[in-house]
Amino acid sequence: MSLLEVNNLDVRFALRRGDVKALRDVSFTLDRGERLGIVGESGAGKSVAAFSLLNLIAKPGYIAGGSIRFDGQELNGMSDRALRRIRGNRISMIFQDPMMTLNPVLSIGEQMIECLKAHRRIGRREARAIALRKLEQVHIPSPEARLDQYPHELSGGMRQRVIIAIALLLDPDIIIADEPTTALDVTIQAEIMDLLLELCEKHNVGLILITHDLGVVSQVTQRMLVMYAGRVIEQGPTREIINDPQHPYTQGLMNALPQMATPGSRLNQIPGSMPSLDNLPSGCAFHPRCGFVTRPDGSERSACRTRVPEFVASGNCRVACHMVAEMLDQERIPAEETPR
Amino acid sequence: MTATATLTRPATAAADSPRPLLEIRGLEKRFSLSGDFLEQLKFKGGKLVREQEYVHAINGVDLEIQRGEALCVVGESGCGKSTVARTVMGLLHPTSGEIHYDGQRIDNLSTQALMPYRRRMQMIFQNPYASLNPRMTIQQTLEEPIRLHHPDWSRQRVRDQVDEVMASVGIAADWGKRYGHEFSGGQRQRIAIARALAVDPEFIVADEPISALDVSIQAQVLNLLMDARQERNLTYLFITHDLAVVEHFGTRVAVMYLGRVCEVAPTATLFATPRHPYTRALMSAIPRLEDDRPQHIRLEGEVPTPVHLPSGCVFHARCPHANARCRQEVPELIARDDGSRVACHGVEEGRIQ
Repeated sequence: MSLLEVNNLDVRFALRRGDVKALRDVSFTLDRGERLGIVGESGAGKSVAAFSLLNLIAKPGYIAGGSIRFDGQELNGMSDRALRRIRGNRISMIFQDPMMTLNPVLSIGEQMIECLKAHRRIGRREARAIALRKLEQVHIPSPEARLDQYPHELSGGMRQRVIIAIALLLDPDIIIADEPTTALDVTIQAEIMDLLLELCEKHNVGLILITHDLGVVSQVTQRMLVMYAGRVIEQGPTREIINDPQHPYTQGLMNALPQMATPGSRLNQIPGSMPSLDNLPSGCAFHPRCGFVTRPDGSERSACRTRVPEFVASGNCRVACHMVAEMLDQERIPAEETPR
Repeated sequence: MTATATLTRPATAAADSPRPLLEIRGLEKRFSLSGDFLEQLKFKGGKLVREQEYVHAINGVDLEIQRGEALCVVGESGCGKSTVARTVMGLLHPTSGEIHYDGQRIDNLSTQALMPYRRRMQMIFQNPYASLNPRMTIQQTLEEPIRLHHPDWSRQRVRDQVDEVMASVGIAADWGKRYGHEFSGGQRQRIAIARALAVDPEFIVADEPISALDVSIQAQVLNLLMDARQERNLTYLFITHDLAVVEHFGTRVAVMYLGRVCEVAPTATLFATPRHPYTRALMSAIPRLEDDRPQHIRLEGEVPTPVHLPSGCVFHARCPHANARCRQEVPELIARDDGSRVACHGVEEGRIQ
C-alpha cells in the first residue's frame, strides 16, 4: 500500500451562480520517498489538488467527494484537531513566495521554535538546537547568526532555504512544494532544486512538486501528473512522459517550448486558451484546442465532443484521450489475430 | 568610464560599417535612496553633513543595435536590464552617458522634440494586466496612440489603421467594443502588441513580454512577435530572463550582471561557446528536459547589492577564477575573433578557456 492514496477527489467552489468544479476525479498515489510532479498551466487545478490534501481549501471551496488515505488514515472528513497533528508534522508545505510565507515581525529562530512547540512538548533550548541543526542541513552559512535575524535581512534564495528548513523541522514523510522556485532567479532555482532533491533522497521524504516548468519536473521527479481544466489527463513515469508524451495536450505543451523548435522558426503553438472552469466544453475539455478530433481519414471522432475520456494504459503511463484509446484498440486487434 | 567607452568605440564602429539604429554609450543610471534635501542632512562629529546613498542600477553599458536585429538582454533580477529598456525609451533619464537613435542623440531632447522618435520606437510591457487602461475599450486603447501621433488624420483613417493592425495581430473585430478585463492574459498581451504596432514603429522594446504568460500562450505571443518582425521589418530590444526564449528569438545576446554587460555575442556563438564565467553559470542552471543532467556550476554567495558596488569586476566575489587583478581593475568588453565581446580579465589573459 502506498503512503498516500488519493482516489476520485472532487473539489468544488460554491459560488452564487452555482458550484464550480475545480477538481474532478483526481486519483494518484505516492510511495514513501517518491517524488511526484504535478504539471499544468494556471487554472488547471494543480494548486487546488495540493491544498485539498491537507484540507487547506478556503471557503467557499470544499471537498465534495473522494478519499485521501495517508498512512492508513482517511484525511477527508477528519476533524480539524486530528488533522493538525498531520499538517506541518507528517506532511508539510512549501509555498511559492518566500516573502509571503515568513512572518516579517518574528525572527527566523522564533518562527522555527514556534512551529516545534506547537507540535511537540519541547523546551526552548532544545527547540533552538533542532532549528540550528535544520538550518545547517539546508546549507545556510553562519546558521547561529541567522536564527536571530528577520526575514527582510535575507535574500530570496536564503528565505526559501529557511522555509525548507521549517518544512523539515518535524521530519515529515511528505513535503508538498507549490511552485517553490517560480519567484526565484534561475541560478538560485537550480540551487534550491538541488537542495530539495538532496534532502528528499537523504531523509527518504516524499515530494509532491507543483510546477508549470517541464524542465524542473524532468530533473527532480520520478513520476508526474499532467492536469488540464481540473482533471488529470496523463500520468506515469516522468522520463516516459517527457520522452514520449501521449496526450495531445502534453504533446502540445512540450512542442510549444522554444527549445523544441529550430531557432528563429515559428513555435508550435496550441491554439486558443484553457477554458474557464465554470464553462467547460462538453466531452473532453481539451477538444476545442485539439488537432486530433478529426481522424487522419477526415472523419470526426464524435466521442471527443460528447464523452469524457476514461484512462487507458499506454506503456507505463495512463492517458485520458479518445484518440489514444482508439489507436491502442487498433493495434491490439491485429496483434491478437496474427498468432492464429 | 565614458572616456574609455569613447576610446574603444571607433574600432567597433569601423568593423560593422552601417550606422546602428540604436547606440548606447557609457550609460549609467543611479537612483537616490536618500529622499529629499532635508532628509539627506545628517549630524556627524558636531558638523552638519549631506549624505546620499544610491542604487547603481546601470554602471556603464555600451550596446548598439543594427537595423533588423533582435538583441536580447538577459540577466537575473536586479541586473539592470529593465532599467536599460526604460532609459532607452526615455521613460528614465540617464545619470550619464548617451543614447543615439538613427544617428541623433535623443536622451537630452525635450518632450516635444522627442515626439517623432516616440512614434518610431514603441514599448511592450511585462504585465498585460497593468499595461491596459481598464476604463478604455480596446478600440479606444488602439486609437489613442494613432491620434496622438497623427492629429491631422481623419476619423475614418484612424479607424482603418486600427482595423488593419487588429487584423494583423489576430484580434477579432468585435473585441473593439470590449474592455481589457474581459480578456485573458494572452489576449491582453496581443492587444498590447497591437497598440505598439498601431503607429507603425520600426523599433520595439519588449520588457519580459511573455514572462507572465502560460507556456502554451507564450508560444502564441512569441510567434506573433516573430511574424511582426518579418512583416514589418522591425528591430527588437528584447529583455528577458529566459534563455530558451533568447536562443529561439534573438539574433544577438547581451548578458548583464549588476548593471554591466559581461558578454555580447551572436546567439549561436553564445550558446555554443559561452566565455564569461557568469554566462556559463547562468546557462548551466537552466532546467533541461534531457535525462543526462550535467552538474550545474554552483556560484558562491549571492548577487551583491547595487548600493555598494564591489571594486574591480562586479562578478569577482562569486567567480571561481577571480584573482588580484579582478578585484581591482574593471574589465572592459574586448572583441574576440568569433564576433563576441567579453568583459573578463581571465578570458582576456587566456586563464579561462
